[in-house]
Amino acid sequence: MTTPALEARDLAVSFHTGRRTSARAVDGVNLTVLPGQIVALVGESGCGKSTLARALLGLQPTESGEVVVDGEILPTSRSGLKAYRRRAQLILQDPMGSLNPRMSVYESVAEGLRVHGVEGEEQRVADALSRVGLRPPERFFARYPHELSGGQRQRVVIAGALVLEPEILIADEPVSSLDASVRGEILALLLRLRDELGLSILVVTHDLGLAWNVADRIAVMYLGRIIEEGRTEDVLSRPKHPYTRALLSVVPEMDRIEPIVLVGEPPDPTRIPPGCRFHPRCPVLQQGLPDEISSRCRGQALPLLPVQGGHAAACYAIP
Amino acid sequence: MSHDGLRGPALEFRDVHITYRTRDGDVPAVRGVNLTVDAGSSLGIAGESGSGKSTLISTVLRLQPKTAKVTGEVLVDGEDVLGMSFKRLRALRWAQASIVFQGALHGLNPLQRIGEQIAEPIGVHEPKSTGGDVDRRVGELLEQVGLPPARARSYPHQLSGGQRQRIMIAMALACRPRLIVADEPTTALDVMVQAQVLKVLTDLVDELDLTLVLISHDLSVLADVCHRAAVMYAGEVVESGPASEVFEASAHPYSRALAGAFPRIGDTSFRYAPSGLPGDPPFPGDVGQGCAFAPRCPVVHDDCTSGELPLVEVAPGRQSACRYPIIPPGPQPDRGTP
Repeated sequence: MTTPALEARDLAVSFHTGRRTSARAVDGVNLTVLPGQIVALVGESGCGKSTLARALLGLQPTESGEVVVDGEILPTSRSGLKAYRRRAQLILQDPMGSLNPRMSVYESVAEGLRVHGVEGEEQRVADALSRVGLRPPERFFARYPHELSGGQRQRVVIAGALVLEPEILIADEPVSSLDASVRGEILALLLRLRDELGLSILVVTHDLGLAWNVADRIAVMYLGRIIEEGRTEDVLSRPKHPYTRALLSVVPEMDRIEPIVLVGEPPDPTRIPPGCRFHPRCPVLQQGLPDEISSRCRGQALPLLPVQGGHAAACYAIP
Repeated sequence: MSHDGLRGPALEFRDVHITYRTRDGDVPAVRGVNLTVDAGSSLGIAGESGSGKSTLISTVLRLQPKTAKVTGEVLVDGEDVLGMSFKRLRALRWAQASIVFQGALHGLNPLQRIGEQIAEPIGVHEPKSTGGDVDRRVGELLEQVGLPPARARSYPHQLSGGQRQRIMIAMALACRPRLIVADEPTTALDVMVQAQVLKVLTDLVDELDLTLVLISHDLSVLADVCHRAAVMYAGEVVESGPASEVFEASAHPYSRALAGAFPRIGDTSFRYAPSGLPGDPPFPGDVGQGCAFAPRCPVVHDDCTSGELPLVEVAPGRQSACRYPIIPPGPQPDRGTP
């Protein structure tokens, strides 16, 4: 089997919220991104997907479990992490917020090179800008973020990530704050980068359409756990888990399906329900299940899903 | 004023032009918009940043900035908002028409309980109501947007994004307006919360018989929620018609690009093929001759960069400003030669 580019093995991250309480934002996650693969990590706000992304980059101390990069456990030393951060880059949402308004495009893109002491700065910056479609690059060097459109700013952010020639990109909602017409352009760019540079990409998003556009595989996260995982075609065409089905049913274009609008907000990671963590909002359970199944939903914890097996979902109610 | 039994349009824009006066000269943001929204129906306005959609709807309550020069007429229940006295305008704001702005995070005072914030316009517009009346009304409003009345005692930071957006809707409903304008009410909310907020809005239109104008850059949302849709580009309406038809069988290449930006999940033609629109919208004021969309248009013709491009009926109830519209199926009117 190919060595995965990036793996989470039984990873957990907690935040202390009080003297005795803690929020288990990531609560035992297995996730794999193979070389050259695009994996979408989807879920609602607060499900832990951004925390998981930060943990995978070594930006967030973990409580247990491991991050494995190209077959090796991620070091915790300063120098080890610095070397890793050159190989794995993060692209954030909100290009206005992630660019310094007082730095020119050139300075923003060159910053990573200066941190890592890489030579040949000007050529690398020019290459990165042309790769993201800002051509001719010299025309953009002296511009400032306020002089650029939203799509151009997001391209500058991506150029800043590419300039260090990483192997792994983690993109957290890369298009959620962009206009509809720009969105497709940025997604096409991610696909092109995968094809041309062989990048392994994890896209963190709440947007199932984005996953359908670009991802090879999908992992659906709910309250700190992956609850369904498989090839994008399988998960989105034949969703198994009631949560995935509900998420799909409320995508506005999905007018063939009766929308299942879940009541309430995503629950609280400081109070994870026993049994299946989705059971308090589960429409299948609410409609009634045989006692031997419903008692497991309410009381018996589900095992972690296997990694990139086939198409798996953590649910007692599905065959 | 609305009249019993006789329901004219709740909102009408008649040849509205809006120009921002800046140091660098006049910048036209809205260039001749005509739109009508019937009472009890809903209109969606789509378009990207800078298309003029937010500027246009700011005139409904005369909230446009001082640097904006507005011509034409904006009629709410047949009454021109642009020309009315300030006293009349104050009565209209909140009580007849109200706006739900985008960004619920910034619209609420972080230091005030949300019940007090909802109660504020009620106190101003219904000075005779007692404290008990106002409390009851606040509870009723919270229930209308699907929140428990006890939430009135919460502060904004104790609520999630979706709950805050519902509070914004409750505030807009406080003085029982007949017209609600919602500017990107679900942008930045995730799908499930977006579905909850949109359901609150559509239920209100049905139950309270409100008129709704909904602004979004996502045409699929408008197709889901609204009766009719208008697509704006560079300050002009380029297509209008029944919302589901504009989304599913767009007549204008720009609407088609917007509709294609969000893939149909399950349709394999969208797999590994995100569709975008190259280039950026024109800077307001930089619009040249002919069709403003021509520089980005995937099906541009030689003569698209000259002449006038008015909205023309392409099918019953459907209008497009494209000289070479993608004609929807159905009876075709004679268009003559361009």
